[in-house]
Formats: sequence, C-alpha cells, structure tokens
Amino acid sequence: MALLIESIVKVIVVFGIFMGCVAYLTLLERKVLGRVQVRYGPNRVGPFGLWQPIADGIKAFFKEDLIPANADKPVFIIAPMITVASALCLIAVIPFGDKITLFGRTIYLRITDLDVGILYLFAFASLGEYGVVLGGWASGNKYGVIGALRAAAQMISYELALSLSVIGVIMISGSLSLSVIVEKQAHLWNIVYQPFAFVFYMVCALAEINRTPFDMPEAEAELACGYNIEYSSMKFALFFMGEYAHLVAVCAVATTLFLGGWQGPFLPGVLWFFIKTFILVFFCIWERGTFPRLRYDQIMHFGWKILLPLTLANVLVTAIVMAL
Amino acid sequence: MIMPLIKGLKYTLGRFFSKPITIQYPEERREVAPRWRGIHYFNVDENGMFKCVACGLCAAVCPSKCIRIKAGEDEDGVRYPMEYEINAIRCIYCGFCVEACPVDAIRMGSKYDFTDYHREDFRLTIDRLVTQDYLDK
Repeated sequence: MALLIESIVKVIVVFGIFMGCVAYLTLLERKVLGRVQVRYGPNRVGPFGLWQPIADGIKAFFKEDLIPANADKPVFIIAPMITVASALCLIAVIPFGDKITLFGRTIYLRITDLDVGILYLFAFASLGEYGVVLGGWASGNKYGVIGALRAAAQMISYELALSLSVIGVIMISGSLSLSVIVEKQAHLWNIVYQPFAFVFYMVCALAEINRTPFDMPEAEAELACGYNIEYSSMKFALFFMGEYAHLVAVCAVATTLFLGGWQGPFLPGVLWFFIKTFILVFFCIWERGTFPRLRYDQIMHFGWKILLPLTLANVLVTAIVMAL
Repeated sequence: MIMPLIKGLKYTLGRFFSKPITIQYPEERREVAPRWRGIHYFNVDENGMFKCVACGLCAAVCPSKCIRIKAGEDEDGVRYPMEYEINAIRCIYCGFCVEACPVDAIRMGSKYDFTDYHREDFRLTIDRLVTQDYLDK
C-alpha cells in the first residue's frame, strides 16, 4: 500500500514538473531563437512574456477542432495521443536523483528502475514516431502523407545509429539498467570514455525527434508543415507538446547515459540533473537557430553512409579496447 | 566539415549575447528623418491664428485631389478659408501642398502612424489641423 502511494505521488510530481518544463520550453525556445536573431522574442504577455505558454494553451483550447472529410477518424484522433504518451513514458525510467529519506522511508528519486531500461527507452522512442507517421497518413492530405513517409524513412535510418551509439555505454557499464549506469559514472562520466558516441547520440537524437536540421517530416517551406498540416486546436497542441516532451526526454537520456546523470559535487543530485539537461536542451535550441534544414537525400546519405559506419567503428574500437 | 558547423554555432552564440535591435513600438518610437513627410498640420502665428489665406494653390497642386477648400472674406476684405478639409485617406503625402503654400500655412509633421476607427476621423478640418489633436494621440 505504502509503495503504491509512493509511486502515485512520484508519478504525479514528476509528470507535473515535466509538463511544466515542456510548456515553458516553448517559451524558452522562442526567446532563445529571438535573441539569436537579435530580437526579443515574446515579451508582451506578463513580465518577460512569462504567461505566454498559458495564453497559447488557452488559445489552442478555444480553436475550432477540425477533422477533414478524408481523414481516417479514429487514427486521426489517436495519433497525437501516441506522440505525447510515448514521450511521457520515456521519463519513467530516468533516475533524476539520489535516494532520500522521507517519513522514515527510503525513496529512490526515479519512478521505476527497469533492468532493461535502455531497451524500454528505445521501444518508446520509436513508438513516438508512430504518432507522426499515423497522423500524417490519417490526415488524408498529400503533404501529410509525404511528411509521414519521410518520418518513417528517417526513423528507420537513424534508429540504427542511435542504438549503436549507446552500445558503447552499455558495454562499459555492463548493464541495461539506467540507475546502474548512473552509479558507474560516479568517478568519471561516460562522455570521457565515449566522446564520439555522445556526439553521434546527439545527432541521431535530433533526427529521431524530427528537429532542425533534420525536420524533414514537417519542413514548412516544402511540405507546408507536413504531418500536422490538417491538425488544429488541442490536437495540434498535443503534437507540439509531444515534440518538446521528446526533446526534454532525449536530453535527459543523454544526461543519464553520458553526463553522469544526477552525479555531481556540492549541489543536490536533482539540481545537477536539471542543469545538465538544461544545457543540452539549450544546445538543441541553439543549433536550431544556427543550422539550415538538410535536403532529404543528404539526410539519407548522412545517416547510412557516414553515421552508421562511424557508430559501428565506435562499437568495434570500444570492444577492442575493453578486451585488451 | 565540422569546423564550419562550429563556426556557425559560435556566430549565433555571439548574436545571442548581443543586445536586440528591436524598437519596442508602442513604447519606443523610431526617430524620423528631419524632412519626413508625416501627417499635416496648420502652422500658427504668434497670436495662435492659422495663416491660411485660402489662395487655393494647395488644392490646385494636389495630385490626389484630397484638399477641399472654400474661400471667404471678412469685413476687411482679407481672404480666409471658410471650409478647409484634407482627406487623409486619399492623401499620398507628396508634400506638394507644403511647397505650394505661399504663406507657410500648412506643414507636415513627424507622425507616421495615423490610425483611427472611423472614416470620419480621417477628415482633417480646420479645427483639427490647428489644434493638431491627432498628432500626439
């Protein structure tokens, strides 16, 4: 009973904070992009534009909810939910702090600790792409279908390299459990052993969450928003939220796998986790303000002919070094 | 291949820490050039009277025919405009009326964002041109 209550409280608190971060990430993104472009970004709603996410939410809520006549209705409705749900599930296995004692109970600061944590992560990360693919397909719109096809192709191409980039970390830690991986990094972060794997992971992760410079599925200029072209109102907001939730989740995973998770001197673990994740998220926004979108064939070329051999070589070198 | 990417990141980070060049419009306004041709106003003399003598040159030179003027005479035989009206919606702000005016009665101000809710509010009559109530609204 006590365990159940503990779990429920943890889930509510973590998801509440996570969704709050996601909402304010939209503001952060617009602010940082604004500053990169030498303007202010949103600053009209409330002090420094701090009420902007709330205003956006209210606006999206009161928009007309359209379902096109050609749409495959059940799939059309369920697609944005898949995107958000899978992104939320990602955060469930990530340890974000050391154990604390509260009311005489030892509480581990993570929602759950699966022995196959990394496997679980990859399963749900791929599931997130289904929301995009199904949403584009079910819209009954040509742009949507093209966006969905691109998303599917991109997922297949980069999932491979993404998994391979993490294998080095798994080999060093000797475990698939994320809390064990974090504990193994108490003295030296994995990024020191696996600097290239970290770079590969970040590149693949950007492709995985369809973010600039790999934002093929929604490419505004050529596909007029691609997979979410027919979505409006809260369904669009769900896609939007899912996208940013994925961004946070992917950066949190990178923190856990490569940057030592919550480990760090002086400050409490949770704070370290937040700081590291924030730096990665900031990088993702920063690079969005810098790099133009790649062409479709360039993405495929990069994924299959450059990234895949490099990650394979990384795994090979790691194995050889460990065997010696 | 990597170095140009890092160079780009460096450049945008520099931009991120620089001060935005945005002019925050309703609070801050852009300074106009000295010869800027904004919305008209009537120049007044030291007695606070407008100088127009209703010669009709501004109405004659106006390319968009937006100035309507009806001349009258007072008991001393001095001409003055009984009615004078600029239709600010038709006006193209060429400034010919200012150039044509022999007595420096009409001038152009610096206001560039003359907006209002009704068409009637864009009829600049003598009263409004003298009091310039639309200039600093």
